[in-house]
Amino acid sequence: MAGLATSLGAGAATNSLAQMPDIDTIFLFGSNPTEAHPIVSIHLKKALKKGARLVVGDPRQTWMAKRADVWLNLKPATNIALINGIINVILEKGWENKEFINKRTEGFDELRAKVREYDLKTVEKITGVSGNAIVEAARLYSQAKNGMIVYGLGVTEHNSGTENSMAIANLALVCGQIGRPSTGIMALRGQNNVQGASDLGPLPATFPGYQSITSAEAREKFEKAWGVRMSPEIGLKSVEMLERACEGKFKGIFILGEDPAQTDPNVHEVRKALDSLEFLVVQDIFHTETTKHAHVILPGASFAEKDGTFTNGERRVQRIRKAVEPLAGRAEWQVICEIATRMGYPMHYTHPSEIMDEIASLTPIYGGISYERLEKESLQWPCPTKDHPGTTTLYTDLFSRPGGLAKFMALDHKGSGEVPDSEYPYVLVTGRIREHYNNGSMTRRSPGIMELVPEELLEINAEDAVKLKIKNGDKVFVSSRRGKIRVKVRVTDRSQPGNVFLSFHFPEALSNLLTSEHKDPITGTPEYKACAVKIAKK
Amino acid sequence: MSDKKLKITINGKKALCGKHETILDAAKKAGVRIPTLCYDERLEPYGGCRLCIVEVKDVPRPLPACTTRVKDGMEVFTETEEVRRLRKNVLTLLLSNHPNDCMTCEATGNCGLQSLAYEYGVDGKRYAGETWDLPIRDDNPFIIFEPNKCILCGRCVRICNDVVMAGTIELSGRGFDSVPDTAFGKPRTLENCEFCGQCVSTCPTGALVDKKGRGKGRAYEMTKVKTTCSYCGTGCNFFLNVRDGKVVKVTSDFEAPVNQGNLCIKGRYGYDFIHSSERITSPIIKKGGRYVEATWDEALDLIAKRFSEVLAQHGPSSVGAFSSARCTNEENFLVSKLVRTVFKSNNVDCCARV
Repeated sequence: MAGLATSLGAGAATNSLAQMPDIDTIFLFGSNPTEAHPIVSIHLKKALKKGARLVVGDPRQTWMAKRADVWLNLKPATNIALINGIINVILEKGWENKEFINKRTEGFDELRAKVREYDLKTVEKITGVSGNAIVEAARLYSQAKNGMIVYGLGVTEHNSGTENSMAIANLALVCGQIGRPSTGIMALRGQNNVQGASDLGPLPATFPGYQSITSAEAREKFEKAWGVRMSPEIGLKSVEMLERACEGKFKGIFILGEDPAQTDPNVHEVRKALDSLEFLVVQDIFHTETTKHAHVILPGASFAEKDGTFTNGERRVQRIRKAVEPLAGRAEWQVICEIATRMGYPMHYTHPSEIMDEIASLTPIYGGISYERLEKESLQWPCPTKDHPGTTTLYTDLFSRPGGLAKFMALDHKGSGEVPDSEYPYVLVTGRIREHYNNGSMTRRSPGIMELVPEELLEINAEDAVKLKIKNGDKVFVSSRRGKIRVKVRVTDRSQPGNVFLSFHFPEALSNLLTSEHKDPITGTPEYKACAVKIAKK
Repeated sequence: MSDKKLKITINGKKALCGKHETILDAAKKAGVRIPTLCYDERLEPYGGCRLCIVEVKDVPRPLPACTTRVKDGMEVFTETEEVRRLRKNVLTLLLSNHPNDCMTCEATGNCGLQSLAYEYGVDGKRYAGETWDLPIRDDNPFIIFEPNKCILCGRCVRICNDVVMAGTIELSGRGFDSVPDTAFGKPRTLENCEFCGQCVSTCPTGALVDKKGRGKGRAYEMTKVKTTCSYCGTGCNFFLNVRDGKVVKVTSDFEAPVNQGNLCIKGRYGYDFIHSSERITSPIIKKGGRYVEATWDEALDLIAKRFSEVLAQHGPSSVGAFSSARCTNEENFLVSKLVRTVFKSNNVDCCARV
């Protein structure tokens, strides 16, 4: 998301799901919506039924890739080389939107100079995608009346994740496929409230609404509202807090509804960090790997037990409503208030709607949002005032950067932090399957879902299976430089030769014991999407 | 010119409508209810059930409202004696091959066929003849199919093939033997079904029902609470169906801006975790290497004391919080506020980056 913020202004999807049926060319990148976002896929299928063309960039032959006009079967972590190559083709053929580039962007010359280094031959070599497919993808997307890029965590969960999303912004900007309905860039969000959690500022460098903590004006506003001096010093990211804990320099953490000891990459290090803390509080609805390290465990309330709002991937703020009483009597918002109050800072709200009113008063993009309005409609931010209808399409005339221009970023292909070698010859890609969710703490409690998908499966291409003399249903050991797990094999043509795939929903075969410590240097997002592994029967 | 409104009348009342609207669309906007069984807004109009027939002036035969486009000057009559007689006949025919076991049927109170039979005063006695006697298909964890209750409206088949594009079921057989079925009549498994339950959500009778909610309460006994799904970031809305303080079922919200009533396996069937016996039910404190249950007061006092001590000893740079993309906006805002006002640093982050 930081990538889109740099290029366009805001770290958010530019358009709306409801606009998808009117797309002429879908460019789906690093996303498998039929599994990970089934309802998004229903919108895309509507477009396909109406005749939309489909370009899919994915190392796996997903449902969408099987039906694509062009499948760009790139090697994992070669996104930037591929997109630079596509842009280079567009510029060589003169397919770019010159008027849009002139009027609404800056930095084009640097981009042009950079992508020239990515001629078809070079890109074929790096990505493994055929030149013809690259040219056809370039043509379909650039020449579409309405082309939309839909991307997922296959773009961001790399050590160059931020740059990957900037590359995607470059492509949209070169073609002028942004700022109109059914165009733009839709980044699909993995978790229900990723967007809202980013928006509301539990972030080390920003107050709610992406207001920088280095801005004296912003600090003054929050100091006035909250009556306490605001530290002007940028805080630590979660990974940094854990690193410092390992070094003995970080002492206390309050963890709300997260399970870093299972879902973070390289979980050995995380567990060591948590054990080094003097005081760890974890609030969750279930015992997790993380609660095992806590000094105090607090019961959380599920989404059915409290009032509040979530903001979805298209910036839509929607209500959740209390259907049953919190199991342990208190919802998280009440607990946070009590901790603050007991530590000498009184925090009192009688209902979450009052918290939203405070959010609206301090956060311009949420300025017009209130529970009263949400009873009648859901609103997409920016919604600055009480009479503002919300925003379905961003950047219709200006980008939210200084000067209102979008910025091209000249980017280099770097590749994965860890590449296969003779010892660890396979690339492990991790991701979601439709039936389960994240650490599995919710879906694994559904007997029906467990009946359908009881265990982790290693997806491996038939060619590799023959080479390794393994067959469907065999148990194998998958190991990386960091760990080893035992899983059952599913032989499939979905994964390409040389790549294998695991989900991360099963603690007894935890793929994050294998994934690498490499991360995006800007956001700290871990490289879940590529690491080197070996596979053996014993 | 393209958006020129057409003028029609419905039951003598004037209505303005767009060029591409059907009589059913126009009637809905005008607040006139026309009965339907094979219609679902998520699907292309089908014209199969013949219940939405209406009379149009100067047209010699009744027309299905769902597939007939409006024309300028059209005069539509939705409740004439003749169309009511025809509808009644259609319903009588449907009930003639229907178990009519509303007493025990899961759909009672939420059944299109039942409501219309009630409204039109129809029973299944008039055209006694051969009836289906097909076995109930209870072969998977989520979806039960009772073919004998099927009215062959085709909604399940159309939503599965046209909207979800899963291709799980198709109308198989001809005439009296036709019935929606999986290929080769195989049980539903992940090989052939996504278990999204869209077929259940569109079924107008009790033929397709959610297995998990069966027997847990009639539609009118549930408190329906509209909410937003807590799994992925799409933001689907649905209704939690609550009875006796328990969520017993999830049903579609057809007005939802994001999903129009469609859901996935997790949203529709993945709610067991709410009442799981493994939920943490009380605060727990680690005492001498053992975890023991505590009261809220004990736990919160301890938290306040220990964080205060660590802050005093090591300073604000040594304490922080992780917030969660699973929690609400309001809670994320409060965590941000807690760290900035009480911990007095910006050491706050969330899994949004992970």
